[in-house]
Amino acid sequence: MTFKDTLIDGNESAFDHKTMTPMQKLTLRFVIIGIVYYAFAAIEGMLMRIYQVDPVPFIEDGVIPLAGIDQYFGILTAHPLVGIFGSTYLLVFGAFLFLVPFLMKKPLWSFKAANWTLWTIAGGTFIFWADGFLSHYAPLYTLYWPLPADFDQFHPLSGAIFITGIALVMVGTALFVVNIFKTITYTPEGFEKVDGKAYLKSALGVTGFKNLWKDRKRQKEHLVDLPVAAIARGTVDTALNAGIILFTGVLILVYMVAELFGTSLETTTVDALLYKNWFWWGLDLIADGLVLIFVAGTWYLMASLITGKRVYMQNIARAALLVELVVSWTVWSHHLLSDQGQPAILKIVSGELVTAFELITQGLAFFITLATLWSARPLKLTNELKFLLGGLLGFALAVPAGILQADIGLNRVLHNTQWVVGPHVHVAILVGLTMTLYSAIYYLLPVLTNGAKLYSQKLANFHFWAHLVGGIGMGAFMGMAGLQGMLRRTLYFEGEYFIYMFLAALSGALLIAALLAFLYNIVMTVGLKGALGIFQKSDGDVRELLPVE
Amino acid sequence: MVDSTTVLWGQTIVYSLYVVAILVVMGVFTYNITRDGKPPTVKDKLFYTFAGFLVVLGMSLHVVTYNTIPWVPTDVHRGDIEADKEFAINVADHEFQLPEARLMIDCEDTVLFNVTSSDLTYGFGLFRQDNSMVFQMQVGPGRDNEIIWEFHKNGVYSIRSTEYSGPLGYQMIVKDAVEVSGCDVAAGEGGAK
Repeated sequence: MTFKDTLIDGNESAFDHKTMTPMQKLTLRFVIIGIVYYAFAAIEGMLMRIYQVDPVPFIEDGVIPLAGIDQYFGILTAHPLVGIFGSTYLLVFGAFLFLVPFLMKKPLWSFKAANWTLWTIAGGTFIFWADGFLSHYAPLYTLYWPLPADFDQFHPLSGAIFITGIALVMVGTALFVVNIFKTITYTPEGFEKVDGKAYLKSALGVTGFKNLWKDRKRQKEHLVDLPVAAIARGTVDTALNAGIILFTGVLILVYMVAELFGTSLETTTVDALLYKNWFWWGLDLIADGLVLIFVAGTWYLMASLITGKRVYMQNIARAALLVELVVSWTVWSHHLLSDQGQPAILKIVSGELVTAFELITQGLAFFITLATLWSARPLKLTNELKFLLGGLLGFALAVPAGILQADIGLNRVLHNTQWVVGPHVHVAILVGLTMTLYSAIYYLLPVLTNGAKLYSQKLANFHFWAHLVGGIGMGAFMGMAGLQGMLRRTLYFEGEYFIYMFLAALSGALLIAALLAFLYNIVMTVGLKGALGIFQKSDGDVRELLPVE
Repeated sequence: MVDSTTVLWGQTIVYSLYVVAILVVMGVFTYNITRDGKPPTVKDKLFYTFAGFLVVLGMSLHVVTYNTIPWVPTDVHRGDIEADKEFAINVADHEFQLPEARLMIDCEDTVLFNVTSSDLTYGFGLFRQDNSMVFQMQVGPGRDNEIIWEFHKNGVYSIRSTEYSGPLGYQMIVKDAVEVSGCDVAAGEGGAK
């Protein structure tokens, strides 16, 4: 095939979008839009890396169009939100809306609700991203009170539009939550009646917890697979988080609407420390809850799919997921170790001791996954296995980095430095989470496309190494700067950390190169015609996951 | 006396060694799972030993830092400590309002910094001339934000906001705002205690 033929029709013309079921198309739409938003976040990240190397040309009026201090902080606000909601949520939700019915061997409860999930999250993300880009509303994702309602720095209308975008994402999230739990518990038409409550108990871990106190003969069997249990438990945190963010959004919106109508509400009505506790409690349901639970669940799923074997120590794995869920509800105070008004007991118990459990639960998930892979040795080093191992390595690096900063003594000199956002946050997200997701994408690609053949293994290899080295490198250089006092969320104008920021930018460029290689490989695999066809309506039965042979 | 430079060097060494170790473990593991050979069963004992190791590691970190980092017990029990000197600092409109142009501190004095905010959430950090951090804390509005610190080295330090407070916050730096002296003078001569 010529280059042009491959570009248009895909590798060996093996992909025909007309053979796809509506569910396959919907899942791939989630994946494509999720990857597009990943590209948004990656480009924004690279722009900020360039600012960090030398911000001076960017803040001088007129030297670089659209650049400036306000633009930088607008990007800084949108970047993590686009990464988490626009990219990760869409990739994860899309995969789980396919995998839960796939693993439970029944149709998704509502195809329509899944479609709404896609478009509300995609639309909501675009609204807050565009608002941040154009109007520079920049209170950061932390929204520390009363900054989001500081109308000396931000226009209330731009804030209201931003919050509306976030609210739309939360509506889509709520639809996802309902769809997942309904799919686990409902009886589809024509199927044998199932006991929904029993399935729910199994999914949430109640059955497993009761089994711990029963002898082996009286123990009830698990009605749902381990990955479905992980998805269900992570979804609990997703629901709680959506509630917290929606509530907080409404609170902020009240101040904005009042301001727009000429009434300035008193910001001291809301206690800043109480608000910070409340909001971090909600945010940590993502950072320390659903991300870790979903990731552990995906590791187990990928390990069993790659090996064809049961997950090692399955009962302990289920128990660890339940512990992680409880930990995620009680762990938020590690974000307030530098808040002197925060009670010492909360700092020690929630901030230090409960947080240390994340080392334990994630460490066990790491061990269990490796042991499962080991049991099937020898394994072929496929793309999905390589990326899975990369994801495991990412969390093995990032979780201990986080445990170090969740210490009262170390936090005094690490809080808000580049250490937090480098070796911990970016290594966890870029190496740990994203490589785990790439593992699932490489595995699902032939399943969802009915046998499309990957265009180039060399490009996939480059994607792996460039992403791994770029992600770890960027985190490492940011961390080195952080240990020497470089703060996050600010700019340095005198070249204080030039060498670290230059090397971090080079690593960031490697990440961009990895993304471009991946995108090119995928486009050449499915072809432009096929890629567009994914967005064309499918006439198939929405209840079918895969084409009927 | 242990200060933040010593602590962060210690952390750098420990974490770097860990990074090398985990890279080697993953490399060796990846090499071996692709090799032929009957897989030996992963014994349950190994799993439970690893779980126990994680518990001990997670908990012991805080015990070790409490007993080796001098500012941790000071911070936890600061309500019971009487400071030798106190500075009341207010922050408003993205500016630090210091009681004096330069805050003068005698070596080994116990100093209480009470920082308040009239509007937003800020940060309060002390930085050396080479930009490395001595300490920082959050400054929440509507309450006293107190930290007690002992200084054991002469130096001139800058104050910088360590929390994002909007696009105007990046310029919240007061250079050479704090001076510590007397550490090179013997205790008998009225210097360090």
